[in-house]
Amino acid sequence: MSLLTVKDLKLQFGGLLAVNDLSFTVEKNSISSIIGPNGAGKTSVFNMITGFYRPTGGEIELDGISLINKKPSQITKLGMARTFQNLRLFPNLSVLDNVKSGMHCRTKQAVWGALFQTKSQQEEERLIEKVALDCIEFVGITKNMKRSAKNLPYGAQRYLEIARALATKPKLLLLDEPAAGLNFEEKQYLIQLIRRIRDEFSITVLMIEHDMALIKEISEHITVIDYGWKIAEGTPEEVLKNEKVIEAYLGKEEVV
Amino acid sequence: MKKYKNQTLLLLIIALFILPFFLNSYWLDVLTLVLFYVVLTQGLNIVVGYTGLLDLGYAAFFAVGAYTTAILMTTFHWSFWLTLPVAFLFAVIAGVIIGTPTLRLRSDYLAIVTLGFGEIVKILATNLEITGSASGIYGIPRPAIGSYIMSTQKDFYYLILIVAILSIIAVYRLGRSRIGRAWIYIREDEDAAEAMGINRIRLKLLSYASGAVIGSIAGSIFAVKMSAIAPLSFSFLQSVMILLAVVLGGLGSIPGVVIGAVLVIVLPELLRGADDWRHLIFGVSLVAMMIFRPQGIWPSKNGTEDATDMDENGKSNDPNQSMSV
Repeated sequence: MSLLTVKDLKLQFGGLLAVNDLSFTVEKNSISSIIGPNGAGKTSVFNMITGFYRPTGGEIELDGISLINKKPSQITKLGMARTFQNLRLFPNLSVLDNVKSGMHCRTKQAVWGALFQTKSQQEEERLIEKVALDCIEFVGITKNMKRSAKNLPYGAQRYLEIARALATKPKLLLLDEPAAGLNFEEKQYLIQLIRRIRDEFSITVLMIEHDMALIKEISEHITVIDYGWKIAEGTPEEVLKNEKVIEAYLGKEEVV
Repeated sequence: MKKYKNQTLLLLIIALFILPFFLNSYWLDVLTLVLFYVVLTQGLNIVVGYTGLLDLGYAAFFAVGAYTTAILMTTFHWSFWLTLPVAFLFAVIAGVIIGTPTLRLRSDYLAIVTLGFGEIVKILATNLEITGSASGIYGIPRPAIGSYIMSTQKDFYYLILIVAILSIIAVYRLGRSRIGRAWIYIREDEDAAEAMGINRIRLKLLSYASGAVIGSIAGSIFAVKMSAIAPLSFSFLQSVMILLAVVLGGLGSIPGVVIGAVLVIVLPELLRGADDWRHLIFGVSLVAMMIFRPQGIWPSKNGTEDATDMDENGKSNDPNQSMSV
């Protein structure tokens, strides 16, 4: 059963074709990756899936529901969460308040409840706090709870972004280069974390990554794109042996 | 410190309630004006402090409230209290009108559009017949509670004091709710907020509307207190002074903004002795404030406790802080 279906996706910026007729599916409960050289269009694909870019053509479906022409906030509510390539935390807010943001789309109290501190408002606040605390504990940054996000060590900021995404209770989690800037130990921890997200919460994970060792270790399915075209897909073993992939990464062998 | 917070607040409120008996009418008037500014700055605090939308035309909402009440009371002979819900409604409409074209704008552009909106409202008030053109509306009746007619300085002082306390409670509670946090997320990073499932369009409009409602209540009370209003009270300078109080006190910080309101009104009064120099001294002190304490007098900590953390570790992890030294 596929959770995410992308069909003939196209993105054009003026004369530049950033993504061309890209089709792929992400199976439920899988850990999948999109790889490709710099500028291949990976993040553009993420931005289209999450509603930040409007595709020029094609179809994107999450669990059978079309995501075309939906706002990012609506897509999040449908069960998709993301992290950003360059961290996009709420820098001056505490770790706890950062993570609470995820629960916004799962709760509904408005001005009235806030002004009169109604019983349902207080219950909801307790629920928001509990979910946020659970997510913070899950990624292992509980001791930093009250610190502002900008004062956390870089690795913890990456985990915080994941905790915040988990708090939206997604079906599908998109990670945009989650290992960028992490050291070896932090990468090992990240691998464990991604596995636990899938195994404990049954959340499907789709990520963009450059670190081949990491990809090989946890990805079950890889889609390779270059210049906006899909050039290969399959299991890590299949893909990394693929000639086109080697060519895209290392360049063509000179014919003497 | 925290333990005595409630007691201190309670003492302060009691002091404010008995203060009119010890003040001469000049200082009572200054204090009343301070309280008007407390209400106005709390309203603007939602828009600028929480949501991070620069608004240079906030006096327009003050005008909407004042003119709605004034027109309904003079032309249509309504009771003051009945004009409040109408002013509320008009403020929401005005908030949405200013909000809608600015949704996609940021910083400089947003400032210019809000500035234009403020001027439009003032120019409308100056030229429309129903608003009494340039001379404004006078002879606004006094509000009545039962058979008691509010007319003394003290009556209006207590009215605005109660409204100020209520608006502080409202803004405080909103800031710590799901809605308030969403506003702050938009201020911190609009795109990330949207990615977290926050509908930024709806929440920005709600922010403008909430700020507008608080401003309009201050306007309604202003109309009956002065019993005459004119476009001059709702000029660009008024918007700037309200914004100044918010920035001076500390964006998004409730005690900070209250202190800002006090300073903006009381400082020029205290400097009256300096005659011609007072505006210069006031201006220079503002410039000095922004240079030496750009975050405001009482900045909002947003619920973070970095300071204690730093004491434990003996160092700060914030690269910005170490750079600025």
